[in-house]
Amino acid sequence: MSETKKKVRVAFFDFADCEGCQLQLTYLNTALLDILNSIEIVNFREVMHERSEEYDVAVIEGSITRPHDEERLKDIRAKAKILVAYGACACTGGVNGIMRNHTVKAALETVYPGRKDKMETGLIRAVDQVVKVDAYVHGCPINLNEFAAVLKGLLLGALYKVPDYAVCVECKLKENVCLYEKGQICMGPVTRAGCGAWCTSNGNTCYSCRGLLEDMNKQGQLDILEKHGVTVEMLKDKFSLYNGCKLEGNK
Amino acid sequence: MSNITKKNLDINVEYLTRVEGHGNIVVNVKEGKLEKCHLNVIEAPRFFEQMVKGRSMFEVQHITSRICGICSTGHCLASIKATEDAIGFTPSEQTRKLRKLALHYETLDSHLLHILFLVAPDCVGAESVFPMIKTHPEVVVLALKVKKICSDLCDILLGRHTHPITLVVRGFTKLPTRKELEKSRELLVELASDYGKALEVIKTLKLPKFERETEYLALSHPDEYAFLDGNLKSSDGGEVTPQKYLEFVHEYYADHCTSKHSKNKRTSYMVGALARFNINHEKLPKNVRDLADQLGLKAPCYNPYMNTVAQAVETLFCAQDSIRIIDEFLAKGINKDEAVSSWPSKNEAGSFKIKAGRGVGAVEVPRGVLFHDYTINGKGMIEKANCVIPTNQNLSNMDDDLRKMIPEILEKTKEEITLQSEMLIRAYDPCISCSCHMLDVKFV
Repeated sequence: MSETKKKVRVAFFDFADCEGCQLQLTYLNTALLDILNSIEIVNFREVMHERSEEYDVAVIEGSITRPHDEERLKDIRAKAKILVAYGACACTGGVNGIMRNHTVKAALETVYPGRKDKMETGLIRAVDQVVKVDAYVHGCPINLNEFAAVLKGLLLGALYKVPDYAVCVECKLKENVCLYEKGQICMGPVTRAGCGAWCTSNGNTCYSCRGLLEDMNKQGQLDILEKHGVTVEMLKDKFSLYNGCKLEGNK
Repeated sequence: MSNITKKNLDINVEYLTRVEGHGNIVVNVKEGKLEKCHLNVIEAPRFFEQMVKGRSMFEVQHITSRICGICSTGHCLASIKATEDAIGFTPSEQTRKLRKLALHYETLDSHLLHILFLVAPDCVGAESVFPMIKTHPEVVVLALKVKKICSDLCDILLGRHTHPITLVVRGFTKLPTRKELEKSRELLVELASDYGKALEVIKTLKLPKFERETEYLALSHPDEYAFLDGNLKSSDGGEVTPQKYLEFVHEYYADHCTSKHSKNKRTSYMVGALARFNINHEKLPKNVRDLADQLGLKAPCYNPYMNTVAQAVETLFCAQDSIRIIDEFLAKGINKDEAVSSWPSKNEAGSFKIKAGRGVGAVEVPRGVLFHDYTINGKGMIEKANCVIPTNQNLSNMDDDLRKMIPEILEKTKEEITLQSEMLIRAYDPCISCSCHMLDVKFV
């Protein structure tokens, strides 16, 4: 891209999270320098001092908890042309959503016993439970290939489409033996693909960090469970691990 | 000097940059007298100790790994060690060695990130690493390259670096092949050679000559420079097993800041690379000690800015020790039968006994000693958890450093004082995402 063409200004913002998804950018090697030919990063607190309030694309990492975080996010939404939810905490609420099954009072007694200060907190939410989201980069952590596809989409004006099929599809392509066949419980059948079956290809199970499929094959999953003698009750905890903010009854 | 004694100064660094997580520095001097001076943590609270309550011991490391994106391997390992300690499971020697390797990779990755991305801009007077792409492209390309090597190493052993996949209770879900070990060795040799270039950057670091003697806490092991195993040792004397960490680590709430702080007998102590070096330097190989000498690092060192130099010294050690571990595996081979599933399968469930109890995992992560302390019930569920994070342990020490340093540099301009204060906090490489024990902070 020629120097004369105005670069797309991208700003990164982080809320309640571990910042691991931002860190993935440092693993891009010199591809990062190529990307920086097309975009300009104008706000990225973790690695830069300078900051700007003028940006085209806002990349949001983390879940939204406190009232002033909500205000900050709404302000960012008003300034950005495109808003990207980046990583599981932003897309589905991530592991922070586990707190939907606990009260703040109980959490305070556990983590800060004997403390009397008034604390500012609120309901844990995914970004799209507060403002409109234009593009999603799912996963805990995100994978860089998918983020590159999202960036390309933004630059070309054609937004990236997240796969709407199950992780099982990618897992089969990797020729993995089904974990249910090995006596394990796996969230692959109800989780949206796009990670390349990252965890299951490394001997672990799927934890549904990319979120539940919009149009999941419930009967198909129930058939698998029945075949392997697994009850829905045994799966309950698995659903709340990454999708606590999005589960019916928790919304 | 009379103008200094009457000096008024008000520094409020909001959103301290180039650190992991969100923090502010507040300094207030009235007529030459220091009134307020501390680091505030403003990260949103996430309540991990509550979140893991009632969850299975086989997924707790998956959850607590998410406390921090930089030291997720360290959190995983502390979590796994706490769980195994609680249920009375002893991992195999192969598992222990591979875990050591995993931890070395994380230390390499984290130290290099800190030195080349976050501290290097201070060396060249840049605001961040981005303008350095034009002014110092060789440093940026080097930084990106070594990060990529660390990432590739972790991909092989752990599936990925951030939130490792293969690290589970009982062992690894996937073990490296001989070919992968050979590839890892090549990568490490390349890293060691790139390290020489990184060292040139480190040598240009101009560190303030500030000293404050404090207590240092680190794990210590009779046979090795401790990272994964060892007893907790204090530079003030005394040593306890990890299970008795609460004898040294007293968490308390500070008035000015709502995050949890820690102290032992003094008002503060320090953990991290400098603490490890001060306590365990004799366990380092000769060439690593020689490098420390060359870089002007001598134990005991009381200059907290030297923490970055201690990280540089540890980087050499971790690269070298990783090669040594891999060579052992290349000579003896890896027993592939030791691969385990993340959860006991239906067939195994009967044979795998779960004993209720309390367990502690103590691990030296890049920023210092990390404790996970779990109580597990007979069904293998977490009943109670406590995580004590290195950055939290360092908060009081940072405050004490600022309190001693600011009056010593009052003759400098506000900008210089601000920069030197920011550099001090950055030297600790604070990981504020980790130190989630905080409430919201009111600004002064």
